[in-house]
Amino acid sequence: MRPALLYPLLSGVLILLFGLSLMAGPVWVPFSVWTTPDLDPRWAIIFELRLPRACLAVLVGAALGLSGAALQGYTRNPLADPGVLGVSSTAALGAVIALYYGATVISPWMQPAAAMVGALLGVGVLLALSGKGSSLVGFILAGAVLNIIAGAGVSLALSLAPNPWAVAEIVNWLMGSLADRSFEEVRLALPFIVLGCGLLLATGPALDALTLGEAGARSLGVSMSRTRALLAGGVGLAAGAAVAVTGVIGFVGLVTPHLIRPLVGARPGALLIPSAVGGAIVTLAADIVVRLVPAAVEIKLGVAMAAVGAPFFLIVLLRDRSRLS
Amino acid sequence: MSGFSAAGLSGSDLHVDLGGRRILGGVSLNLSPGQVTVIVGPNGAGKSTLASTLAGLLKPTSGLATLDGRPLSAFPPRERARRLAVLPQTPEIAWPVTVRTLVGLGRTPFTGATGLSAADHAAVDRAMQTTGVTAFADRLVTTLSGGERARVLIARALAGEPEWLVADEPLTGLDPAHQLDAAALFRSLADRGLGVVLTLHDLTLALRLADRVVVLSQGAVLADGPPAAALTPDVLRRAFGVEAVIETTAAGPLVDVRGRL
Repeated sequence: MRPALLYPLLSGVLILLFGLSLMAGPVWVPFSVWTTPDLDPRWAIIFELRLPRACLAVLVGAALGLSGAALQGYTRNPLADPGVLGVSSTAALGAVIALYYGATVISPWMQPAAAMVGALLGVGVLLALSGKGSSLVGFILAGAVLNIIAGAGVSLALSLAPNPWAVAEIVNWLMGSLADRSFEEVRLALPFIVLGCGLLLATGPALDALTLGEAGARSLGVSMSRTRALLAGGVGLAAGAAVAVTGVIGFVGLVTPHLIRPLVGARPGALLIPSAVGGAIVTLAADIVVRLVPAAVEIKLGVAMAAVGAPFFLIVLLRDRSRLS
Repeated sequence: MSGFSAAGLSGSDLHVDLGGRRILGGVSLNLSPGQVTVIVGPNGAGKSTLASTLAGLLKPTSGLATLDGRPLSAFPPRERARRLAVLPQTPEIAWPVTVRTLVGLGRTPFTGATGLSAADHAAVDRAMQTTGVTAFADRLVTTLSGGERARVLIARALAGEPEWLVADEPLTGLDPAHQLDAAALFRSLADRGLGVVLTLHDLTLALRLADRVVVLSQGAVLADGPPAAALTPDVLRRAFGVEAVIETTAAGPLVDVRGRL
């Protein structure tokens, strides 16, 4: 699809869903309320609950979608995503350590900081483990190792937790959700996500050249060390900050580039911006769905995404298994 | 340093160690533009390593690879890439892009974040015409045959309109007809002034195509010169360990390998 069609289409859907996200929920807030803010108490629902939630969905979705698209482009692997590659897990471990040691009491910035450090360490280990001549499965295996290590670290923190409430708090947060977030979380995540996305967008030409493999890209004058630094910094900041404020929401970065790839002619650089918008759309849509599902307790967004994303992962794996082996 | 002139693509006393093993042990040569230089040698002789070193992708452990007298390692990567294009031995095409998009990647050393300019598109069109792939410019690379794919990859290398083309075993995996097509293409590129450096396994093709043949054996140059002078039965015996006769046929010289020593 031509950019002249794709961008208006994606933006249109995004705006539509953003509007819907302000209306939809256990309490349906119709459009008419927006015109009479001072008179209607439901205005509080929009402004205090749903607006920050929708903003966060856009931010976090864009961070995850763009991170996934960049990681897939770099690894030439359609299964790459911050969750699958363990970056979300190491970010979560960082955030859990900050929570566990009460660092969040010192400053609210400690949690995103710790999550970003975790994410940066995760990407760093990933790029080092897969190293030169990285095979397609090499990244997935490196990601599996990271997921195991980070999972063990989180379990350790849980088993050492001083009281059951701390456990409940950590577990609750880990599952990934946009519920009950305020503009405080938006403020904490925004600068890092914007900066991270900027770094990731700068990898575009290098990711295009990587279509020809690492040798091909290097022969075209692409600096692999610069590309790796941009990628690590970008994913570390964007995905790290996203995990810090919402917990682990997996598969957005996996599913979104897949849906968009055929629309942009598979060129990895052309996939970046649409994947950011697409990630925001997927996250907004999923968040609206979990709000509308009639359940005693709202389903966690991270859990819902895993329920949809894991089968998707399996389908891609089965379809591409000959190419990936 | 004596022994090599400033112009052209040169290696001077190139030593390359990889993984603790010596791959090249003192290779010196000076290649001229407008010629097809073919590097031959048995498996493990260091052909690919020499090609990568001359392409500036591999830094020699000692010695110097230069382009027009300037060390390749001193070139900014983009500038080097503009002047010298490389076809890797096992070209990878990771995504199902169109032929035109793939060939356009050859313009990477010229483009910024804004994508291809009109001049870039014109160069892409010229490269596709030269290699005869214009007819399937809008097809996906995943749907191409091996011969079509090889030509598209050559078009990609030419899209940057380089002065030098270094191709590592570009004819491997092609049927005889497509091998001849590709060889004729390399010939015509050299006739137009491009410096073409190829590694090949087919000795007969090397004899017929090359202006100059470099025979590598165990990381050193065993013979270097015009094809008939470089590829003699004696050299083939020492380099490959085979008994061979060079016959003259109506179609040109033919290397007839009779057996192992």
